[in-house]
Amino acid sequence: MSTTRYALDVNGRVREVEATPDTPLLWVLRDGLDLTGTKFGCGQGLCGACTVHLDGRAVRSCQTTISEVGTRRITTIEGLAAAGDHPVQKAWIAEDVPQCGYCQSGQIMAAVALLARTPRPTDAEIDAAMAGILCRCGTYNRIRRAIRRASGVTP
Amino acid sequence: MTAREGRLGRREFLETAALGGAGLWLAMALPSRADEVAGKKETALEPNAWLRVDTAGVVTIFLAKAEMGQGVFTSMPMLVAEDLEADWKAVKVVQADASPRFGTMVTGGSSSVRRSWKTLREAGATARTMLVTAAARRWAVEPGTCRAERGEVIHDATGRRLAYGALASEAAALPAPKDVALKAPKDFRLLGRRTPRLDTPDKTTGKAVFGIDVRVPGMLHAAVARPPVLGGKVTFHDAKAALAVPGVVKVVAVPSGIAVVARSTWAAFQGREKLAARFAAGPNGVVDSAEIARRLATAPVLAKPARADGDFEKAYAVAARKLEAVFDVPLLAHATMEPMNATAHVRKGAVEIWAPTQAPSWVIPKLAETFGVPESAVTMHITLLGGGFGRRAMMDFVVEAAEVSRAAGGVPVQVTWTREDDMRHDWYRPPGRNELRAGLDAAGKLVAWRHLVRAPSAAASVFGPAARAGRDRPDTVESAADVPYTAGAVRVEAAIPDIGVPLGFWRSVYASQNAFPEECFVDELAAAAGADPLAFRLANLPAGNRLRGALELAASKAGWGSRPAPGHALGIACHTSFGSHVAEVAEVSVENGRVRVHRVVCAVDCGMTVNPDTVEAQVESAVVYGLSAALRGEITLRGGAVVQGNFDDQEPLRMDEMPAVEVHVVPSGEDPGGIGEPGLPPIAPAVANALFVITGRRVRRLPLGALASS
Repeated sequence: MSTTRYALDVNGRVREVEATPDTPLLWVLRDGLDLTGTKFGCGQGLCGACTVHLDGRAVRSCQTTISEVGTRRITTIEGLAAAGDHPVQKAWIAEDVPQCGYCQSGQIMAAVALLARTPRPTDAEIDAAMAGILCRCGTYNRIRRAIRRASGVTP
Repeated sequence: MTAREGRLGRREFLETAALGGAGLWLAMALPSRADEVAGKKETALEPNAWLRVDTAGVVTIFLAKAEMGQGVFTSMPMLVAEDLEADWKAVKVVQADASPRFGTMVTGGSSSVRRSWKTLREAGATARTMLVTAAARRWAVEPGTCRAERGEVIHDATGRRLAYGALASEAAALPAPKDVALKAPKDFRLLGRRTPRLDTPDKTTGKAVFGIDVRVPGMLHAAVARPPVLGGKVTFHDAKAALAVPGVVKVVAVPSGIAVVARSTWAAFQGREKLAARFAAGPNGVVDSAEIARRLATAPVLAKPARADGDFEKAYAVAARKLEAVFDVPLLAHATMEPMNATAHVRKGAVEIWAPTQAPSWVIPKLAETFGVPESAVTMHITLLGGGFGRRAMMDFVVEAAEVSRAAGGVPVQVTWTREDDMRHDWYRPPGRNELRAGLDAAGKLVAWRHLVRAPSAAASVFGPAARAGRDRPDTVESAADVPYTAGAVRVEAAIPDIGVPLGFWRSVYASQNAFPEECFVDELAAAAGADPLAFRLANLPAGNRLRGALELAASKAGWGSRPAPGHALGIACHTSFGSHVAEVAEVSVENGRVRVHRVVCAVDCGMTVNPDTVEAQVESAVVYGLSAALRGEITLRGGAVVQGNFDDQEPLRMDEMPAVEVHVVPSGEDPGGIGEPGLPPIAPAVANALFVITGRRVRRLPLGALASS
């Protein structure tokens, strides 16, 4: 398979990369564009560490090839807020959620997409949106509190 | 400060250092449990941590420790800052590169605060004393008339104040005082108070740099095709198809397999898919789960018991009530969220490493030996760890990256493992078969206890058989030999088979597998005695045992003795490990054949609490990690190869299965215990004991989830 040149809309900027069409967006971001905040965890869409947004919707970047992206807007953890002060990031800091921190980019991206669609999610809606993102440190209860906090519900 | 005999019978040094940069520097030598694990003899410690108060008043703690989520990059600076009387807002923590000059650098065994708290506090107190002395000299007053508070020295009589930054250079010229007073707990401003983690902001923005995020100019990426059978060999490979993948630049042989070196991780993965290779299984080809079970069951019992109080056989023979049971625990993988990886640049006479490692002190000598360079020629940059749990104390992934760099012609190379590589080439938690017997007297009191631990040795697997020779007790009976219950006769024995599988340290090590049989069997004894499981434990624990307070607190917070929701049941278990005492009550139900854990109430006596927020987080974390294993964790082998590969067939707990977890702390003024691991051992037995209440059946084999559905 030969390589092709792609122009991607990443965090509001046009970025040109050359890759084979089957290259997962994850590796384009990490190795091609040095956006290492998006993590590799399983390569099979099972852990959600690679979650990014395409036009505001959470997708697994390890299961999305570069050729599928087209003109859709890609948002990564680095592009959420220039100063790192997106309300969800602030809630994460207020609840001191991370331990090792490796899964947290994916957790935050999933939470942001959830809250954009469902500003006041129920517990069941939080479960449905977040159960796909694994955390081996067991920060799930703090994640739930941070989502509630970001949704305006006092934890 | 002069060298002296420390608590651990080691010499600890704390001395002024001049590492560069203006200001007051102090060097610390933080001891590590790892020396004991490796069987290393006591030696003089060399500095491995530093404190700097710079001329701007910024306090920086440099740590050659591994931050893997356990919060040491906050708790260790808190210990310094408390006695330094630092302004917490001016405190920073910096990851120090590892170096053989720096003494021991191994993070494990829940030891960071437990072993180092005093040294860290003394460093703070030493610096504070020097800053106070410098201010007193400036003002020409007695140091005793000055005090320090939040980054300033204050002379109350005249109202004068000087900031630490303004005093740092003068303080640096003073001799370090020999004896310094530590603050009284009643004066603590930081210790024991919820303190936000210093590493949280970078972990919410993607800025935090893990091993896999390292980028070195000119770096290539690699994936290694390893023999699927553990201990197997490559017999043939043909690189042609791999080299045809765009981005692949080289295919090289290394001791662990065949490395495909490429311009991107994806190209390396794709190249490895295309690589033609054949492997020989070697002696482990016959090892499957049945063979492991056979070796566990038939290994000879060591002649010397690990513990023999009284005459077990005699006490058992006359016991009014006798019980025996066998408990099995499986191999487990660590499955850190960040798969194994390391970046290496091997040049002539020099090895440079960037790695998420728990154990620079073990891997540096290994690299020096492998590449024929002095240890001083090994430079090691430690990154953040995307989970450690003991897996990253192993040396394999670091040494392999260096091998690939050398074989690829001395270019910097990052080797990334796929999830399947990580799951199938772990250093696994050993399996165990536990044979227990116990006797009760006519009043239902425990009078005889015997625990035979049949398990292979992780220490022997990691460090070679010599590591076991120097021990008075095998590593395999850790925590089993310290069974806390009073019985007239206690006998703990070991049988140590070789199962041919790489074994390592898994969060809470042997406590993770020896507490399950112990605490389940105690529950069986309670039932045989017709006693409540909590009351039976309290009746058989000696007065003064700190598990008592933990049990009583957990039981009271969990509503032990009251009726749980319909279909739910409570189970209790307790265990002491790594200097902390933990009791847990699990509320469990079985829904459609699946075990569901609704709530876990934990009580922990970990001595003096440094950061209550971290204590809660770590106990909760240990419960979840232990619950994932208790319900679904099991690595099986077929023909010497690991069957499981990814999070579909080895699935950790997910958010929709997460129980409510409450962590209650038993107030204590004792020295700090460990906190990263002690929350883990009680969870599996607590859940199993609750299942008995529901089903009336004893489950004596982990994991629990599969059996409950049968």
